[in-house]
Amino acid sequence: MSRIGVFVCHCGTNIAATVDVQAVADAARLMPNVAYATTNKYTCSDPGQQAIADAIKEHELDRIVIASCSPRMHEQTFRKMLAEKTSINPYLLEIANIREQCSWVHKDKAVSTPKAIDLVAMAVAKVDTDKNLYTSTIPVNRKVLVVGAGIAGIQAAIDVADAGFPVTLVERNPSIGGKMVKLDKTFPTMDCSACICTPKMSEAGNHPNITIKTLSEVEKVTGYIGNFEATIRERAKYIDYDLCTGCGACETKCPSKTTNEFDEGLSLRKAIYKPFAQAVPSKPTIDAKTCRKLTEGKCGVCAKICPTGAIRYDDTDRTTTETFGAIILATGYDLIDWTKIYGEYGGGRYPDIVTGLQFERLVNASGPTEGHIQRPSDHAEPKTLAIIKCVGSRDPHKGVSYCSRACCMYSAKHAHQYLDKVKDGRCFVFYMDVRCAGKGYDEFYMNTLHDGAVYVRGRVSKIYPENGKLVCMGEDTLSGQVVRVDADMVVLETAMVPNEGASQIAGVLNAQRGPEGFFTEAHPKLRPVKTNTAGVYLAGVAQGPKDIPDTVAQAGAAASKVIGLLARGQIESNPMIVQVDNAKCSGCGACTDICPYGAIELTEVSLRENSRKVTRTVAKPNPGLCQGCGACTVACRSGAADLLGFTNEGIMREMEALLR
Amino acid sequence: MNQITENTTPAVADASPASNGAAKEWQPKILAFCCNWCTYAGADLAGLNRMEYPADIRLLRVPCSGRVNPQYVLKAYQNGVDGVLVCGCHPGDCHYATGNYYAKRRMLVYKRLLEYLGLEPDRFIVRWISGSEAGKFRDTVIEATERIRELGPLSNDLPHLAPEDIPHPISAKFEWLATPKNAREGL
Repeated sequence: MSRIGVFVCHCGTNIAATVDVQAVADAARLMPNVAYATTNKYTCSDPGQQAIADAIKEHELDRIVIASCSPRMHEQTFRKMLAEKTSINPYLLEIANIREQCSWVHKDKAVSTPKAIDLVAMAVAKVDTDKNLYTSTIPVNRKVLVVGAGIAGIQAAIDVADAGFPVTLVERNPSIGGKMVKLDKTFPTMDCSACICTPKMSEAGNHPNITIKTLSEVEKVTGYIGNFEATIRERAKYIDYDLCTGCGACETKCPSKTTNEFDEGLSLRKAIYKPFAQAVPSKPTIDAKTCRKLTEGKCGVCAKICPTGAIRYDDTDRTTTETFGAIILATGYDLIDWTKIYGEYGGGRYPDIVTGLQFERLVNASGPTEGHIQRPSDHAEPKTLAIIKCVGSRDPHKGVSYCSRACCMYSAKHAHQYLDKVKDGRCFVFYMDVRCAGKGYDEFYMNTLHDGAVYVRGRVSKIYPENGKLVCMGEDTLSGQVVRVDADMVVLETAMVPNEGASQIAGVLNAQRGPEGFFTEAHPKLRPVKTNTAGVYLAGVAQGPKDIPDTVAQAGAAASKVIGLLARGQIESNPMIVQVDNAKCSGCGACTDICPYGAIELTEVSLRENSRKVTRTVAKPNPGLCQGCGACTVACRSGAADLLGFTNEGIMREMEALLR
Repeated sequence: MNQITENTTPAVADASPASNGAAKEWQPKILAFCCNWCTYAGADLAGLNRMEYPADIRLLRVPCSGRVNPQYVLKAYQNGVDGVLVCGCHPGDCHYATGNYYAKRRMLVYKRLLEYLGLEPDRFIVRWISGSEAGKFRDTVIEATERIRELGPLSNDLPHLAPEDIPHPISAKFEWLATPKNAREGL
């Protein structure tokens, strides 16, 4: 027989005005196993909490029901009170929500009082079935894995490393830096992108707490918050980085060339190459697909010329397994492949139609044209430039439905840069809307208009070559007239889409992604950098399109969450998780398939049945991974799985109480 | 309808002011299973905004709509609840990633089973209500209550048939399943 205490709160007049709290307490006193029931003006206040603690002692109560506001409001408050001031287990508490779901939504005391009594009866019935639950502490490994080394990953890694925690920064490409290091200038301040990005890169490269793994991918992750075990595959570089000094002699002599990814295909690079001058690590790597030695077995010039003998043609992939406490996903973006979906723009047949990122390389002093704007086909300076915004963005029929957010600003920047460098040039910008929300952004756009950029509201329906020009046919929707621009070069400001590597890492981590493929945050407003997988955080465009300031801010936010987790050193597990009764479990595995966290696995256990020892396969939940959703309890055919805190018995008894 | 009054524990019934009247008017009992993260929060928000709705509804908090076992729904009807709501996060918004998808599939099948058993479809409602949709929560409660008031007590749905008149569970439509396999091959 339990001894239940019921405490009905007036909440000033919030509850008492529309619910007869005294009648509720009187009714509660007659409910099964209720030993004591009373009312209190403000239960959550210090004297209110003390009154509960005193009543528990005086009336030897062993579990309590508080009829007050929503459990989402004060469940934690009262649990803490039970843990600190009484000897009762904090989980022997139920809250009847008689404020938000009763007194505030019903005006008539004659209906709200019986409803309040019903709600208390349900809580009393449930608390009677509650069992002692105990949190356990899980130690947190103090190492952090950052996936993706663009500006988001670099910033997050530096912030975490500065706090004193070791970070492993994993990048698929030969250098860190991501997309930002390819850019020429950054809006709205027009400071040189490389000048602000490369110091960050070398800071990450030289940081004692940061280990950079380039040409690497996370292959497998097991475990849970505080204890992730990640397998990282480091692809063969064919160079011994311990010996290589990065002198660059190999690169000058290498005979094979291929398109340069860093210049977005606008130039050529060697088979042994450092992607760009300020690359971190500042050492070359061999592209196995292009290298003559590795494809045909002949050549070996680089090995001959290398002064330190660092070339290793027999290098192979290496996999390492490490344990991490937290993971930050900063996988970034790719530009949508417009050539496949925009046949009306030539589908990639006309070389003088370039993407925004290609244009960045064309205006960049370290780019293939050393900053002189030249069109790719004949290296002539374009006298008329057409910029088309929203290519793929906000176009659900061909591309994606969302706005890529940064394009309005960087197209204004491109127009500004073009008009700055080509004094007699004309620039036409085709737009759907101009969205320049941000500090100093709209002023920047206005300056571009003053520079002489002509903004035409409407989309371009067709681009075709005529007399060495690219004819852009569009409509000015404001005047209703057809617009024809004979451009020398066209820049397509294409949509940002999730990086192609995101789906791989999402599969590895079981991380949730939205319909467009960006990672889903735990709460769009209140938990913007956490994911629903505990211990996995988001930074940058991996979570959704955003510009550099927002990306850096989000990376800092993700780092601060990780630092908070690591600084505690341990986490308390949620005790309201699934429990499997080995005697009932048939080991069918239905629960393992339904669990969204992969928290249940089948194991063999030795049981004593009919005084004989038997070995059976049963489901074993992992308390670190289980989040307590209870999906498995419904899937369980034998009723072996039950959710602590929301047990089958508890819910059934609640329903019975309702009808009593 | 009087079943409810009869089954009510006298002590509790006496304490309730509404039951002090001699002939108590029938009030529907509607049970709503609400997931902790969306619909329960939406109901709290409705309270915060002082939105008024009929008092016949009782919310039962579950961590996730995927936690709602169809057996609970059956149990609720057995206990004499006149209508059941199962509410969770919108598809794609589940706090536990996929719980509401499981709920959706289970409840869709289950609804058809309940209809097959002779239950009015409006007695079982599945809705996705987010934590910010206080208005939708109120509207759902109003709609459900009105409909169930029209339908009357659950006992209206139960067939008033003598036991021998109740058809065999395998109806004529599925009779071929009951015939032996050998006989079926000859068909």
